[in-house]
Amino acid sequence: MPDVDINHVAHLARIELTDAEKVKFSAQLKDMLAYVDQLSRVDVTGVEPTAHAIPLTNVLRKDEIRPSIATERILKNAPESARDLFIVPKIVE
Amino acid sequence: MSLFALTIAELREKLRTGEVSAREVTQALLNRIQAVDGKLNAYLWLNPDDALAQAERVDAKSDKLLAGIPIAVKDVLNVDGQPCTCASKILKGYTSVYDAQVITRLKQEGAIILGRTNMDEFAMGSSTENSSWGVTRNPWDLERIPGGSSGGSAACVAGDEAIASLGSDTGGSIRQPAAVTGCVGLKPTYGRVSRYGLVAFASSLDQIGPFTKTVADAATMLRVIAGHDDRDSTSVPRPVPQYSIAGGVKGLRLGLPKEYFIPGMDREVEAAVRAAIRQLGSLGAEIVEISLPHTEYAVAVYYLIATAEASANLARFDGVRYGARVRGEDVIDTYGKTRGAGFGPEVKRRIILGTYALSAGYYDAYYLRAQKVRTLIRQDFEKAFQKCDAIVTPTTAEPAFKIGEKSADPLKMYLCDIFTISCNLAGNCGISVPCGFAGKLPVGLQILGKAFDEETILRVAQAYEQSTDWHKQRPVL
Repeated sequence: MPDVDINHVAHLARIELTDAEKVKFSAQLKDMLAYVDQLSRVDVTGVEPTAHAIPLTNVLRKDEIRPSIATERILKNAPESARDLFIVPKIVE
Repeated sequence: MSLFALTIAELREKLRTGEVSAREVTQALLNRIQAVDGKLNAYLWLNPDDALAQAERVDAKSDKLLAGIPIAVKDVLNVDGQPCTCASKILKGYTSVYDAQVITRLKQEGAIILGRTNMDEFAMGSSTENSSWGVTRNPWDLERIPGGSSGGSAACVAGDEAIASLGSDTGGSIRQPAAVTGCVGLKPTYGRVSRYGLVAFASSLDQIGPFTKTVADAATMLRVIAGHDDRDSTSVPRPVPQYSIAGGVKGLRLGLPKEYFIPGMDREVEAAVRAAIRQLGSLGAEIVEISLPHTEYAVAVYYLIATAEASANLARFDGVRYGARVRGEDVIDTYGKTRGAGFGPEVKRRIILGTYALSAGYYDAYYLRAQKVRTLIRQDFEKAFQKCDAIVTPTTAEPAFKIGEKSADPLKMYLCDIFTISCNLAGNCGISVPCGFAGKLPVGLQILGKAFDEETILRVAQAYEQSTDWHKQRPVL
């Protein structure tokens, strides 16, 4: 069973965990990994993976202008907006 | 009989002939909700004025399939102008800016969108205990769960607080709550119903489907919501049949998978399901033994694939475009704090598992291997369907459990879906219908069909329903 670095996984998931959550989730993650380990018993030699139950192909539509949802309605749901834009904390110095 | 206790078919007859108005029907439901939802907590949001205004506008005497029928929707479907929180704090205050395709279809057929129902946060759970807005209670026993994740949509139909409802089913989230609350729940084939406007959980598994009081009503709802939509590239451009449910089961071969009767199963549940299968035999179906040998791996496959897909789908909840934001020192810190504060424990747990399964070094061992075993599960069904026209199983291994009974042990909760998950992995269709009681708690019979063969499972379900009166039993509230 691989070691679980909960800080690394939480960072990848962009979820800040409390110390109590870290303890709890690493134990539960280990339990779940132990459970799913049963899949290593299955012989999958030569078996293709299934990503979707039905074959999917790209579906293209005509590149033409259609009406869309009004900007101001969408921005009404934003935590912070100005001048028709979403405002986020500064990303580059 | 009170208007709220009637079916779609019964109400349509009364509305078409003018015996009752859409306003009277809607008012009857609103009164019923007022009277019992304090006990059930099935609804998260209700707008009585808006529901009555919709009732005023509809021409209930028209031939539209749902004209004047009040229908509830799970809080995971967008309805223009209504909140949509997926029972999560992270979407508190969010207002939808468009209609999901299924909502457009309901409106086109004259349905009245009554309100929004409770669920496990982001549809992750089997009991509706993972809602951020409190648990929903089972109308048959208020100390017990209504199933999940579409627990509110099940409880509101079982408790006569809606004539029908919509839910979503990723690993059993329609069929399992339908079974434990004693209503009919249908998961259509992957690709049969557009998911445009459904908040995505696991995109290769999610389907939208109805909860109803009868099989005939389920067929009506499916006729309304099925069909191609160019805004969901996974919806399949196949004509929608009439879903004629008559015809009986004579000459049909029904497969009985030996892997679906497991040690530790509730004895009364097993007895009810076996009796139902005997009943189908006596109605003329041929019962054939089949095997779905990879069934035991379905839960493990599901919890890797569904969580991996969820970890990607839920990346959009980052406090930038919608929802609550918790400010951090920089943008990455803001994401982490927003998601740490906004997501509940089960959602965090699954995103963490899914992220791990997709992370460098573990992808092949977990995610890719799960996808390969998924292929074997699909092939099990393909082989089985060479021997039979539909498969009959229990929907769940036990009746509704007590609130709090399984919440401390995630794995125990995940095993609730053991009989429903394979159907999603294979992309087939399935339905749960009431088939008796374990004590005073409802039991569900699951009928699984080939992809795009909803007609056969509806036909089997109808033949069974018409030969019993389980669907007529109502809880006392």
